[in-house]
Amino acid sequence: MFDELRDLYSAEIRAHGRTPSHGQRPAAFDASAKGDNPMCGDRVQVFVRRDDGRVAEAGFEARGCEITVASADLMCEAVRGQPVDHVRALSDQVAAMARTGRCEACDEALRNVHPLSAVHEYPSRVKCVTLPWHALLAALDGEKESTSE
Amino acid sequence: MNVMTKDMTTKLGFDVERIRRDFPILSQTVRGKPLVFLDSAASAQKPRPVIDAMVQAMETQYANVHRGLHWMSERTTDAYESTRDAVARLINAPSRDEIVFAKNTTEGINLVAHSYGRGIMKPGQAVVISEMEHHANLVPWQMLRDAHGIELRVAPITDAGELDMAGLETLLQDRKVGLVAVTHMSNVLGTVVPAARVAALAHEYGAKALFDGSQAAVHRPVDVQAIDADFYLFTAHKLYGPTGIGVLWARRELLEAMPPFMGGGDMIGTVSFERSTWAEIPHKFEAGTPAIIEAIGLKAAVEYVEAIGFDAITAHEARLTDHALARLSDIPGLRVLGRAQDRGGVFSFTMQGAHAHDIATLLDRQGIAVRAGNHCAEPLMRRLGVDSSARASTGIYTTMAEIDALADTLLRVREFFT
Repeated sequence: MFDELRDLYSAEIRAHGRTPSHGQRPAAFDASAKGDNPMCGDRVQVFVRRDDGRVAEAGFEARGCEITVASADLMCEAVRGQPVDHVRALSDQVAAMARTGRCEACDEALRNVHPLSAVHEYPSRVKCVTLPWHALLAALDGEKESTSE
Repeated sequence: MNVMTKDMTTKLGFDVERIRRDFPILSQTVRGKPLVFLDSAASAQKPRPVIDAMVQAMETQYANVHRGLHWMSERTTDAYESTRDAVARLINAPSRDEIVFAKNTTEGINLVAHSYGRGIMKPGQAVVISEMEHHANLVPWQMLRDAHGIELRVAPITDAGELDMAGLETLLQDRKVGLVAVTHMSNVLGTVVPAARVAALAHEYGAKALFDGSQAAVHRPVDVQAIDADFYLFTAHKLYGPTGIGVLWARRELLEAMPPFMGGGDMIGTVSFERSTWAEIPHKFEAGTPAIIEAIGLKAAVEYVEAIGFDAITAHEARLTDHALARLSDIPGLRVLGRAQDRGGVFSFTMQGAHAHDIATLLDRQGIAVRAGNHCAEPLMRRLGVDSSARASTGIYTTMAEIDALADTLLRVREFFT
C-alpha cells in the first residue's frame, strides 16, 4: 500500500529513526543547543565536543518523527572529524538536498545522508531533515536555541 | 453505509452524496487517489453557493461600502450589511448591531482583550481560561496580563478531557475574575463545553463569559441568548465560508462601553485634528474597508448550513462520531485523546511506535488529509502527556466510507511501523 513511500522510509532511514546510534548526550561536550519546530512540536537538542578545531563527537536527544531522528543520527555520523568551520557548508548542502533531491555536488562527508534526499517530494517534511542541522549550527555559534523557521 | 443508517439519513432529509456534489473540490484526486478530506477543523471546504456568491458579487455588484453615493456602492453596502442579519439569525443574537466583523476568531479575541480587557477591566482583576484552549484564546490574555496587570488563571480539565466545573468554580470564588473565556468545543479533543452552565457560573461570581465558538458553531446550533453568553466568536472559513472574515458577537451594553480596537475610516463619527468621535456599534469596531466579498460569502455559507439544518447536521455527525470512535478503538496501539460524554467530530490520536507526522505522511499518500502536530494547543498537549498527535475531523460532507478508509489505512500504517 505504501510502496511509493519506501524511498523516504527506506530500511536505512528507518533503522536510524528507530534505533539511533548517537541518540544520547555524550559523556563530555562543550557546546549544546536546542532546535524547535514550533509548527509540529518536534524538539531536538544537539551536543558537541570539539577538539583541535574539529568536531570530535556529536550526540542528540530528540522527541520527534522518524525523519527528524534519522536526520539527527546521520548528521552526528557525518560531522564527526569534520573541521568546525566546515559544518555550515555541510548544513547548506543538506538543506539544498532536502529541497531539491539532488546532491551531486555534496561533500563526500555527506554520503550517508543521501537517502534523506527522498524528502524533497514531501515539502512539509523538509524541516524534519534540517532541524537538527539548525541546532548543531546554533551550538557551534554559541547559541542556546534555534528554530526550523 | 448499512441499511439502517441509510433509512435514518433519508428520514432526516440528509443526503450526504447530494451535499458532496455541492463541493467542487471533493471530486479532486490527490496523488492519484480520491481526496478524503478529514481536516475540516483546520479549515473547511467551500460549497458552490459560497463560491458563486463571491464570484457573482465581483462580476456584477461591487464597490466600497458605507461611503459611495452611487448605485454600486449602495447595492454592495446592502449585501454586506445583510450578512449581519444572517449571522444574527444563525446565533439568535438579539440585535444585528451586536454583530461585529473581524478577520477571524483570533482577531475577535484580540479585540475583546484590548477593548474590554484594557478598556473596561481593572488591574488586579483576573481572566480565566481553560487547559484546552487554542493558542488564540490564550496568547491575547497573556498579552493583556503583561500589559495591564490582569491575572491569568487556568481552569483544569478532567482526565476525560472535560472542563472541570468544580475547578472552575474554585477559581471564581474570590470574585476577582472579570471574564471567563473558554472554548465552546475543543479543536483537539472534540469536547463540547456546557456553555450555559459556564455562563451561569461566571455570572454567579460577577464575571462575564466569552466563548470561542470556532469549532462549535460548525457542529452545533448556537443560541447566544439560551447560553446567556456575553461574548461569542466564530470564524467563517471553518463554517464552509471564506477566509478573512470572522464574527464577534457581544451584548450591546458591552460593545457600547468598550473603546474602539483600531482607528481609521468607517469607525468614526466626526474627525478633526484635535479629536474624533466614534461611530455607533457595530461600526465603531470595523475600521477601514472591511472584507466585503468575504462577508457576502459568509452570508451564503450561513444560508447553506441553515438550509441543511443543524438537526440533520448534528445527527449526521453523531453517527460519524460513533462509527469513528468504534473503528479507531479497534486499532491496537491507537489512543484517542479525550473521552468526553458530549463530543463532536474531532478525533486526535497517537499510535504506539509511530510519530504523528509519519502517520500523516502515510495517510496523505493514500489521499487522506489529516492534521498532525500540536494543533495550536501546546499547553493542552503537555497536559495530556503527548508531544504531538494526528487529528481527523469531520465536516457535513464526510461519509462513513471515508471513516472506514481512515481506519483501514491506519491499520496498514500500524503494520508499516511495527
